[in-house]
Amino acid sequence: MEVNAEARRILAVSISKLYASRTQRGGLRLHRSLLLSMVMRSARDIYHSSRECEGPAGAQPASEEPMDTTPNPEEQPGLPEPEPQPALNSTEPAQEESDSSEEDSDTEITEDKENLSPARQSRKRRGKASAAPDFLPSKRARLEPGEERYAAPLGSWRLPGRVEPPPLSLPPSLPPQQRSAEQRAEKKPDAGRKV
Amino acid sequence: MRASSAGVGPGGDMQWCFSQVKGAIDDDVAEADIISTVEFNHTGELLATGDKGGRVVIFQQEIENKSQPQFRSEYNVYSTFQSHEPEFDYLKSLEIEEKINKIRWLPQKNAAQFLLSTNDKTIKLWKISERDKRPEGYNLKEEDGRYKDPNTITSLRVPVLIPMDLMVEASPRRVFANAHTYHINSISVNSDNETYLSADDLRINLWHLEITDRSFNIVDIKPANMEELTEVITAAEFHPHQCNTFVYSSSKGTIRLCDMRISALCDKHSKLFEEPEDPSNRSFFSEIISSISDVKFSHNGRYMMTRDYLSVKVWDLNMESRPVETYQVHEYLRSKLCSLYENDCIFDKFECCWNGNDSVVMTGSYNNFFRMFDRGQRRDVTLEASRENSKPMQVLKPRKVCAGGKRKKDEISVDSLDFNKKILHTAWHPQDNIIAVATTNNLYIFQDKVN
Repeated sequence: MEVNAEARRILAVSISKLYASRTQRGGLRLHRSLLLSMVMRSARDIYHSSRECEGPAGAQPASEEPMDTTPNPEEQPGLPEPEPQPALNSTEPAQEESDSSEEDSDTEITEDKENLSPARQSRKRRGKASAAPDFLPSKRARLEPGEERYAAPLGSWRLPGRVEPPPLSLPPSLPPQQRSAEQRAEKKPDAGRKV
Repeated sequence: MRASSAGVGPGGDMQWCFSQVKGAIDDDVAEADIISTVEFNHTGELLATGDKGGRVVIFQQEIENKSQPQFRSEYNVYSTFQSHEPEFDYLKSLEIEEKINKIRWLPQKNAAQFLLSTNDKTIKLWKISERDKRPEGYNLKEEDGRYKDPNTITSLRVPVLIPMDLMVEASPRRVFANAHTYHINSISVNSDNETYLSADDLRINLWHLEITDRSFNIVDIKPANMEELTEVITAAEFHPHQCNTFVYSSSKGTIRLCDMRISALCDKHSKLFEEPEDPSNRSFFSEIISSISDVKFSHNGRYMMTRDYLSVKVWDLNMESRPVETYQVHEYLRSKLCSLYENDCIFDKFECCWNGNDSVVMTGSYNNFFRMFDRGQRRDVTLEASRENSKPMQVLKPRKVCAGGKRKKDEISVDSLDFNKKILHTAWHPQDNIIAVATTNNLYIFQDKVN
């Protein structure tokens, strides 16, 4: 489906542009972000409607995808990586986002994911983009008394006459590219600032 | 467009000749040197340019050379100053670019010249004044400024002003800051010479030239929920004679005319200019190419002109339903929109301008081409600003782009156009046939051939 391939290519290009615009000097340009999101919306709508038209022909997207992409090798890099998707949805309202916008956009993320090939679905399903992911400690200022940050084996510190905290195990740090683009643009978590 | 025969251009006998080019010859363009705005003052004697590095360069036309009337006088550098510096917004962790987005001259009231220059966030009023005399013969100071020993002073004298080499000084007289959350795209001085407006993506503010700590918000299109945002303000301008009227254009291709007498907040427009979209032209990029990049009133105040990606439209202020004239700037690009989207060219914001008597409109294109449309004669021409055609008084040859099919001799095919060479900013002398055309980092001045 030519229109389908074209729509996907435009989506890929748009996502990489949105991505690049975050690091642009002078900050996010509202006008440009708006136009990009409009193009992406049309491309996405066309993409979805053309897939609906395909119907049972779309049952094996995995086998179809390589055929679709070979004539358009440049389409491959941008497409369905998880990081650009929060970028897609969070730059729509550009500078002044509300949490509700992120909630709405997450349904869009899940919707898109369902239509992706099985190979892509192996990615972890993301919850609300605004919630801190598991590998970061919670944002409370301090621990409540008696609480421990990380689960320790039972009885590990119940030595007679001595109370000592469990060994602090640092969370596994993920390589940078697996963090969402939004978190990358966010301040460090301990800055205590709201996004 | 029919090919123009030798010696005849639009407007009858008018032909355009190269006059001057300003800027580095070097092909390697320094980013700070990229010209971002060009503006003649109200008499045309001064020509100001702003660049990405935050500098303003003003050229002055020399007094006409009476012995050679066929050559109009040249523009030479009059003043150069750093208008804006890069800043950092610590609250948002954003760098504020020093690029000059717009320059607007104030009408001259005394010996000094005033202009407004703006970057994304801050507008500044600059005073450009000449000093050609200096005082000499102070009682208490030596000529070099050192104070004399009071015991050596035995007489009293009056200092006199003696001539000196002309010095042009630019000093910032007002700084209008902290009034825009979004990026400023336009400034426009009101015909009352007391107020001016500044517009960003979502708001338009009204300022008094004397007051910097306050501005009135007169248009606010920011939705309560930013998710509902569908359009932004792209340009705004005051009417040239009616101090209560201004227009602003949007990314959706509409223009709203507002009357400040009706209410303090002009969210509700008095007129809405919109042309229905041609459904046969619908594509992924219809919205982008319908976004208006510039709006300019005609000098007589009866018309306004808008520039979108592919065309220039002239609107009669009394008719909102459609433009009275539409000129295709580079229609051959319509089939290339996808590539232009990929290389970002589709986001280029072209400006447009009127000539002094509103009979011709001009705008830029790619490959260092610029286009003129003669409204009365219904003729148009494509010219090129290039170093190859820069011999003194060399007549510019009209150019033609071949859209498809067989390419004739001297025609250029669409695929060989250089999309990195774009002319976004052009200006026309208010009274004379002198035009200033900005390529990436060079300013070309052309004038019509006086027969």
